[in-house]
Amino acid sequence: MIQYVVHRTTRLSRYAVVLWALAIAGLCTMPWWASRAQIGTTTTFLGILALAQMWNLLAGFGGLVSIGQQAFVGLGAYVAVIVALQGGLNVYAAVPLAGIASAVAAWGIAFLVFRLRGAYFGIGTWVVAELLRIVFANTSSLGGGSGVSITSAFAGIGRWQRDAFSLWIAATLGLGAVALVFALLRSPRGLAFGAVRDSEPAAESLGVSARRVKLTLYLISSAGCGMVGALLAISNLRVSPDSAFSVDWTAIMFFSVVIGGIGTIEGPLLGSIIYLTLRQSLAQFGGWYLIILGVCAVLVMRTAPRGLWGVLADRWDIRLFPYDRRVSAEETK
Amino acid sequence: MLGWLDTILQGLMLGGLYALFATGLSLTFGVMRLVNIAHGDFSILAAYIALVVVQWLGWSPFLALLLVVPLMAVVGYVVQTTLLNQTLGPDILPPLLVTFGLSIVLQNGLMEGFSADSRGLSIGALQTASIPLGGGVAVGVFPIITFATAVIVLGAMSWLFHSTTLGRALRATSDDQTTAQLMGIDNRHLYGIAMAISMAVVAIAGVFLAIRTTFDPSVGPARLLYAFEAVIIGGLGSLWGTLAGGMVLGVAQTVGFSLSPAWGIAAGHLAFLLVLILRPNGLFPKTRDA
Repeated sequence: MIQYVVHRTTRLSRYAVVLWALAIAGLCTMPWWASRAQIGTTTTFLGILALAQMWNLLAGFGGLVSIGQQAFVGLGAYVAVIVALQGGLNVYAAVPLAGIASAVAAWGIAFLVFRLRGAYFGIGTWVVAELLRIVFANTSSLGGGSGVSITSAFAGIGRWQRDAFSLWIAATLGLGAVALVFALLRSPRGLAFGAVRDSEPAAESLGVSARRVKLTLYLISSAGCGMVGALLAISNLRVSPDSAFSVDWTAIMFFSVVIGGIGTIEGPLLGSIIYLTLRQSLAQFGGWYLIILGVCAVLVMRTAPRGLWGVLADRWDIRLFPYDRRVSAEETK
Repeated sequence: MLGWLDTILQGLMLGGLYALFATGLSLTFGVMRLVNIAHGDFSILAAYIALVVVQWLGWSPFLALLLVVPLMAVVGYVVQTTLLNQTLGPDILPPLLVTFGLSIVLQNGLMEGFSADSRGLSIGALQTASIPLGGGVAVGVFPIITFATAVIVLGAMSWLFHSTTLGRALRATSDDQTTAQLMGIDNRHLYGIAMAISMAVVAIAGVFLAIRTTFDPSVGPARLLYAFEAVIIGGLGSLWGTLAGGMVLGVAQTVGFSLSPAWGIAAGHLAFLLVLILRPNGLFPKTRDA
C-alpha cells in the first residue's frame, strides 16, 4: 500500500536550526567580544537584511513592486526624532512606535497608490515618498532641510550601551524579519500569499481576496521598513530628510533581493551579504560601486532572473527555509 | 489678479515641457507595457550630450538637437533590442528592475564623468526675452518655443499613429501583440522603434530643460515623476491628455511656488494625488492607443 507523506522540512533545514541558534548567540554576545567597527558593520548588515526581507515580501510574494519603501524608512526615522526630542518616553520605544506609525500611514497611502497597477504603482509610491520628504524638509521644528541631531536624548547612556542596544535591536529586526517571513509563508495564510503570487485569478476563484493579501503584505512590509528607519536614527544619532527619504534605500533593497534571489527567504539574506561586501570593498571608488552593483543587478536579471540563490537551489535542491509542502509516496508494509 | 494670470500662464507653458517628458513614457507603456524607470535619466544624458556638442562645436543648443535627437533615438533602439526586449513578458518585475538598474548606472556614470556640479545651456538673449501681453502680463519667448514644440511633437505623433503604416503597426501591437505578430509584424524591431521615438522626444525635453534651468546628474528621477504624473493626470493612453496633464501639473507647481517656494513641487504632487482620488482614470481616459 502506498502512503503519501507531506514533508515540510528538509534534512538540511533541520541541521540549519543548530546553525541559526549559534549565529544568534554569536550576534547577541558581540558587544563583549567584537570591536566597535565590527558591531557597527553588523548593525548595518542586519538593518539591510530586514529591509531586503520586507521588500522581498512585498515584491516577491505580493507582486507589489514598490519604489517608495523609503517613505517608511524616513517616517520611522522621524518617529525616533519626535520621541527623542519630546522626551518623556524611553528613546528605544521609538522602534515599535515607528512600526505602528508606519503601518497606519501605509493604510492611508494604500488608499491612494492601490489605484495604480503594476509599474505605475511603483512610481506612485515614489511620488508619495517624495511628498513626505518635502513635508519633513519644511518642518522647521524637526530640523528642516538640513536635518536634526538626536544626540541629546542619549545623554545618560554610555557608548558601549548605545552600540549594544543598536546591535540587539538590529538583530531583532533582521532575524525577526527572516523568522516572520518564514512563519507567514508556512502558515495557512502563507498558502494564500503564494497563490496570489502565482496566479491572481486562480487565487481569487478559490476565495482568496487578492486585494486583502496585498494590503496585508504592504502593511507588514511598511511597518518593518519603519522600524528599520527608527533603528537608523538611533544608531546614527542624526536624521536628515534627504538621506532618510532617499530612493537609495529602495535601491539597496532591490539590489540585495534581485542579486540574491527574489521570492525566496535565503535570497535576500545572501543578497544583503553580497551587497554589503561589495559596498565595503569598493568604497574607495566612490560612485563606481553603485555602477558595478547596477550592472550586476541587470546581468543577474538577464541571465538568472531568480538570482544567485535560485541558481544554487535549482542546482543542488537546497532549502534552508522550506515553506512549501512536498509530497512523497512511501511503501508501507 | 493679473499676477495670478501671469503665474497660471507660466504654468500652462511649463506644461508643454512636461508633456515632452511624458509622451515617451506613455508611448512605451502603450506599445509594450514597459515603464522605463530610467526615462528621466536618459533625458539628462541627452542634456549632457548637448552640453558637450555646444562646448566642442560652439553650436547653439537648438542646432545641437539635430545631433542629440538622432543619437538618442539610436541609443533607444539599441537599448531596447539588446537589453529590454528580453525582459518583457507577463511578469512586470524584470523590465522594472533592469531600467531601475540602468537609472542608477546612468546617474552615477554621469556623476563620474561630469561631476555633481550644476550645468546649464544658454541660448543668449532669447533666454530672457518676453512678449508683453499688456497689463503687466508677459510671456517668455522660450516658454512659447517649448510649448509650440510640444504641440508640434504631439501633432506629429498623432499623425504617425493614425495616418502611417508604422503607426498602425504600433497601435495593432498595443491592442493585441499576438495577433499583430500573426499578421507579420516583427514586434522586437517595432519595440525598438517605439523606444527610439520615446528617447528622441525625451532628448528634446532634456535639452529644453537644460536651457530653462540648471541640471546635474541627480535630477533625472524627478523628471520621471513629473512625466508619470502628467500621464496619470491626463489619462493613460491619451496623447493630447498628456499635454493637458502636463499643464495641470505645471499650473499646480507655479501656483504652489508663488504661494511658497518650498512647496511648489509638493503642490504638483498633491494635484496628482487629488486627481488619483477624484478621477483615478485621469482627466481624459483612453487606454486604447498610445
